[in-house]
Amino acid sequence: MIFLDLDLKPLYSSLIATMAFGIIFNVPKKTITSGGIIGMLGWSIYTWLIDVLKYEMVSATLVAAFFVANFSQVLARYHKIPVTVFSISGIIPLVPGGLAYDTMRNFVENDYLTGVRLGTKTLLISGAIAFGLIISGVISQTIRGKERNYVKES
Amino acid sequence: MKADISEIIEVCLLAGKIILSNGGETYRVEDTMIRIAQSYSVKEVYSFVTPTGIFLTVQGENKGQEQTKFIRIFERSIDLNKVVLVNDISRRICNGSLTIDEAYEKLLEIENQKHLYPKWIQIIAAAIATGFFALMFGGDWKDYLSAFITGGIGFVVFIYIHRLVRVKFFTEIITSTIIGLISVFFLKIGLGNHLEKIVVGSIMPMVPGVQITNAVRDLMAGDLVSGVARGSEALITALAIGTGIAVVISFL
Repeated sequence: MIFLDLDLKPLYSSLIATMAFGIIFNVPKKTITSGGIIGMLGWSIYTWLIDVLKYEMVSATLVAAFFVANFSQVLARYHKIPVTVFSISGIIPLVPGGLAYDTMRNFVENDYLTGVRLGTKTLLISGAIAFGLIISGVISQTIRGKERNYVKES
Repeated sequence: MKADISEIIEVCLLAGKIILSNGGETYRVEDTMIRIAQSYSVKEVYSFVTPTGIFLTVQGENKGQEQTKFIRIFERSIDLNKVVLVNDISRRICNGSLTIDEAYEKLLEIENQKHLYPKWIQIIAAAIATGFFALMFGGDWKDYLSAFITGGIGFVVFIYIHRLVRVKFFTEIITSTIIGLISVFFLKIGLGNHLEKIVVGSIMPMVPGVQITNAVRDLMAGDLVSGVARGSEALITALAIGTGIAVVISFL
């Protein structure tokens, strides 16, 4: 029931926006679609957490970034290319670009209080994205480290 | 594999330079350089990478065989295809299937490589991205249309002014001012309902979201200098965009 009342606009708009960003970032042709799908998954997890489960922006971003990073690791392993290619396009919808701009606009317009509030939020959200990416990186490194030892022992 | 220390340094620095100036993370640059150097059987490799320059010291197996070199990085953009290609070269060097001269030539080729997609495709992609961002942030289809046009024009302006003046801060201020003007114009003639959504969508290709995230990631990974440097770059970009838009909004 939770999924039924979800409209499709966030899904296809984040898919297409992320794919178009892949072209601007000059990703290899074979990874444009998968990058878009990762971006779409991240954004739908984010909106689902916010709209349905009533999460805060920061914690929803953390969870979504964690999933984006994990999908990116899997795809990077599959295509044998650096994980950055997927994770940079995957986090594009989550990234607080609009907030960073809003912060600066408030500062320029003399509304320092709002500026500080939004700036703190921007920092926390980018911290959440970075933290989500790092957790997933650490997990995969730990697992791979074990694999390597296992290969050496056997 | 054996090679001359100075040749090893050249290859490492070129690889590092390409990755760093095309959107690779700091740890990836250091990792790649250290891996390449170590596959040519040297004793120690030390590197220090910041967004504006790379230091590299390689120590040979005999005493007194050590060299340090520094290169300056002037411009940074995001071109992930080059990162992928350099990663591939470094993997092949580690396998031992590339001699040092071949590696250097291949890296030079990558450095001079053009964008995979022609300019007009990039412009259309930017327009589509900005349109769908306006939609994604809660705008309607009218906002989509005006963000599509505004973002496309903004991207073209950004490319051409940047080619003219080569000062990023200035380019960003001018581009965002133009974006602000066009969005206000579309709002006035009734094409588009939410100014905020159109503006935020249209500035997305310039906005330093990825840079802020990379800065925090560098800080968390312990690359303090490059984290702070990337953070300042992102801050200045955000300031430029904010100023450009605010000028328009406060005057009109």
